[in-house]
Amino acid sequence: MVPIAYYLVLSAVLFVIGTVGVLARRNPLQMFMSIELMWNAVNLSFVAFARQYVDMAGHIFVFLVITVAAAEVAIGLAIIVMVFRRREHVDVDDLSLMKG
Amino acid sequence: MLTVIIVLVKGLITAVLLLAAFGIMTWVERKVLARFQFRPGPNRLGPLGILQFLADGLKLVFKEEIIPTAADRVVYLMAPLISLVAALVAFAVIPWGPPIHLFGQTIPMEIGGPNIGILFVFAVTSLGVYGIILGGWASSNKYSLLGGLRSTAQVISYELAMGLAVTGVLIAAGSADLNTIVAKQYHLWFIVPQIVGFLIYIITMVAETNRTPFDLPEAENELVAGYHTEYTGLKWAMYMMAEYINMITVSGLATTLFLGGWHGPWLPPELWFLIKVALFMYFFIWIRATLPRLRYDRLMAFGWKVLLPVALLNTLATAVWVAVR
Amino acid sequence: MLSTVVFWIAAALAVAGAIGVVVTENPVHTALSLVLTMLALGVLFLLLHAEFLAVVEVLVYAGAVMVLFLFVVTLLMAGVKPPKEEHRLRLAYQTLIAGLFGLILFVLVLHGMASAGWMSTLAGPSAGTFGTIASFGTALFTQYLLPFELTAVVLLIAVIGVVVLAREQS
Repeated sequence: MVPIAYYLVLSAVLFVIGTVGVLARRNPLQMFMSIELMWNAVNLSFVAFARQYVDMAGHIFVFLVITVAAAEVAIGLAIIVMVFRRREHVDVDDLSLMKG
Repeated sequence: MLTVIIVLVKGLITAVLLLAAFGIMTWVERKVLARFQFRPGPNRLGPLGILQFLADGLKLVFKEEIIPTAADRVVYLMAPLISLVAALVAFAVIPWGPPIHLFGQTIPMEIGGPNIGILFVFAVTSLGVYGIILGGWASSNKYSLLGGLRSTAQVISYELAMGLAVTGVLIAAGSADLNTIVAKQYHLWFIVPQIVGFLIYIITMVAETNRTPFDLPEAENELVAGYHTEYTGLKWAMYMMAEYINMITVSGLATTLFLGGWHGPWLPPELWFLIKVALFMYFFIWIRATLPRLRYDRLMAFGWKVLLPVALLNTLATAVWVAVR
Repeated sequence: MLSTVVFWIAAALAVAGAIGVVVTENPVHTALSLVLTMLALGVLFLLLHAEFLAVVEVLVYAGAVMVLFLFVVTLLMAGVKPPKEEHRLRLAYQTLIAGLFGLILFVLVLHGMASAGWMSTLAGPSAGTFGTIASFGTALFTQYLLPFELTAVVLLIAVIGVVVLAREQS
């Protein structure tokens, strides 16, 4: 048996790695995947807390997070495909069309 | 500790039996298909050509290993392994007999995963899809990529209808545990009240395993054999193993969900399970010999526009019936 | 005893997958690292008595959402070249500052956890029905019915949005 604190520290580690991924990546798909990693880290901490306090609310919240994440992935990927469809270098810093 | 050893032994026996069943299935398929087409089939090696699969296996082991230069080596080698492992693991929750009593313990005749039974099979077959899409991409060949993507799209579309057809059984039985579902079929097999679900299930199970008439992504005269074009020797054999073991798994699931699992009058229960699974395997070969191939867009339209609404209606009707009873 | 060993293995795999997501160059390898992390998380959910969520994580997240990612990656990234030369220095600085920020964030999160109580004791025994499909369904359809219905609306909006976005531009 492992104390719940270990799960929370693991969740923090995954979350921080995901944040570094979002900040350091320039490919939009890889940025998106780092955001997915952050969601997963949060899911882990929710489930750990649900186990600690024996409350199903944590599980329900994880279910909602997974569902909304799936919806967001669908729309996000559609937008990325539309924007980057015919480019050679895929870099989010090139999206400066609205710059003043 | 003893439970761990029991689980490991059960897993080993199941894996060995599944691989042996794969070998026998290749011979059965070729013989039965040949009989459907009025020709003798393999009849040179051993009585009735039974040793043919040994000869084929040996040939595949000694074939030259060709890896395309532009292929991503790690993913290329990993893809057939993913397919095979997923196919083997998915069989873990299917009970092939009543619990036996040995060494003072009650050993259930499945490897594990009691409470979430059916969902485990769906989760693992969803992972098996990776073998197809990664194989298609890692071959670095545009026909393989297209074939892999088509096959993946087909599998994930028909997974939905399959899940909904199975949900009808879940609602009728009140539990996702396969042992409970088998126990509830003692008086009446679920094929009778859930006949619509059963029909949807057998159509989707043929589509899930990429068999004729749904095998456009891997037929030889389309897309050059699709995602396993660039695979030779043992790696191709692993893809074939994955396909046949998937067939056995979905047949096992169909037996458990609709035909009463291992229930039967006077033969031992494991033999009844084997007979029922063999019935579904014969159904697979029969369909392959009889029906023409479905064009890809008609296949997708059928899955989304016909099967999915019918499966939804079936689930709704079952839920209403169970709530009103 | 066995659960401790499984926890450490799953945690190591999850962190390895996470580092893979951040480090790998090829987008397909990034996606596969993320799938590894998700599978490890599924195992961790099982250790935390969340069996339904473990299956949902593998079925929906690793089995459908990541396949969608792989579709887009294999189709879109086929002809993409690595970043241009003049951007190399900027990217190196960016990675350094991102790493620094990550470290600061980690220290902050640990400090937050420590000041709220470490929870270093083992969790108490949970009822036999905790985390099963039955208790999850009961909670979802009675106590949390409103969020469930709102999620259905969110999914409908997502489907309509994707169909509109992916339409042929006439």
